[in-house]
Amino acid sequence: MAYPANYRYTKEHEWVDVKGDVAAIGITDYAQHELGDVVFVELPKVGSKIEAGKTFGTVESVKAVSDIYAPASGEVVEANEVLHNTPETINTDPHGAGWLIKVRLANPAEISGLMDTAAYEAYIASQSKEASA
Amino acid sequence: MESVTTPLIAELRKTPLNAVHRRLGAKMVNFGGWDMPVEYPASGGLVAEHKAVRAGVGVFDVSHMGDIRIRSGRTPGGALAAVQHISMNDASKLAIGQAHYSAMLYPAGTFVDDVIVHRLGEDDYLLVINAGTREKDVSWVRENTKGFDCVVEDLSDAYTQLAIQGPRAQELLQKLTDANLGVIKNYWFLHGTVCGLKNTLIARTGYTGEDGFEIYVPSDAATSEMVWNKVMEAGHEFGIIPCGLGARNTLRLESKMALYGHEISDKINVWEAGLDRYCKMEKGEFIGRAALERAKDAGVTRTLVGLEMVDRGIARDEYCCCNENGDVIGVITSGSPSPTLCKNIALAYVPPEKAVLGTAIYVQIRAQKCKAQVVATPFYKRSKKTAVPQAAASD
Repeated sequence: MAYPANYRYTKEHEWVDVKGDVAAIGITDYAQHELGDVVFVELPKVGSKIEAGKTFGTVESVKAVSDIYAPASGEVVEANEVLHNTPETINTDPHGAGWLIKVRLANPAEISGLMDTAAYEAYIASQSKEASA
Repeated sequence: MESVTTPLIAELRKTPLNAVHRRLGAKMVNFGGWDMPVEYPASGGLVAEHKAVRAGVGVFDVSHMGDIRIRSGRTPGGALAAVQHISMNDASKLAIGQAHYSAMLYPAGTFVDDVIVHRLGEDDYLLVINAGTREKDVSWVRENTKGFDCVVEDLSDAYTQLAIQGPRAQELLQKLTDANLGVIKNYWFLHGTVCGLKNTLIARTGYTGEDGFEIYVPSDAATSEMVWNKVMEAGHEFGIIPCGLGARNTLRLESKMALYGHEISDKINVWEAGLDRYCKMEKGEFIGRAALERAKDAGVTRTLVGLEMVDRGIARDEYCCCNENGDVIGVITSGSPSPTLCKNIALAYVPPEKAVLGTAIYVQIRAQKCKAQVVATPFYKRSKKTAVPQAAASD
């Protein structure tokens, strides 16, 4: 699966899609593949604040619980209701319909510190090499 | 998502089929020091593997498990006496060709390991033990059978062990052997030719709650791969897929089978774990018997129950159990979504008064207390229609 060119990425395998001062956040295709079939998602309430570097929710497969880390600080303006009944959307469309939350950014400059597509693709290539060593 | 630092793969132990799992693109995990497949994404992953075993057939590489053979020395009866001393079930009830579930206990009546005891011959027993406790168990057996006239052999590296599990397991395996599988009763075994390999142990045992067989073949990589490939080929018409430790866990959990380090451990005794029926106090002396007598008189302070989540949320291993006031009253030993039941289930230790069906137990899941209720176990039982011939109850 291709990694969208205009997204930004974190080392913890989250992606960010900024439109104005609102950012959609999700987990990457690499992350969903590592997790396996997603069965449960826990998201913050609309109106709550998230803080860069801190966890804001969890995505669970049968086998594992994965904490999701905020790539930037802000206020949650939308949480993806679809994931309540069809959490597997994260597996089938991790960069699109599988988005987790939308956040009004407190400090949009935080995004520039994140990896671009090329850097993220290089990062996950190096992770995979380690794993099969 | 957190990044995971992978330990040096080179330091992990590998079964003879390791290259096969990697070639199949399995997601590998460190299980008790072993580099093992947790699931195979290319053929669907954990849920698909779990469903294949319940509906058709799946195959597991369980070669990481251990094997200890105990044979009599000069005097007949030495092996049986030794086994009776270290194992809580009554091995004197085993016929040649029969196996039973048992456990080795510490003097405190707590668990060294659980084990399947097979009676191979007149004075000849095979104990199949867990992977994570291999060395501990072998030392324990050697140490505690010193006073008996027996010979103890660690055969753990001699075998590749495959578990072929599911309602179509017999049909599959029958294509690969001339032995008549239809006469092997549940928890019995025989030796036959499998994939051209003479004298192969074929046991109607397993850890899934389905019908199935475990076969023990020579552990060289070439033979192991040959047998694996033939099993996959023979199972193709039944929808076979390779199954990893992830599905192994969800299958055994639904069937309420204990996992060492979770439901049983060196801190838990037989009565707490609810394994009374495998503990034959009347047979006479065995390690742990005296402590169990005292424990029985004292009564248990915790007991193992099945839980089903009522609120949204997945109870997982080591999460705390609370009462309605928020006081911690117990702990989850194993918890997971159940692919067959489409519910979130768990096993937990709670005070005996909470063990009544329907009792509400609250599970601490991160910041929230989520409601669960006590339910009957096993959570899943295979249908009687596909049940295999049963031996008269003698275990």
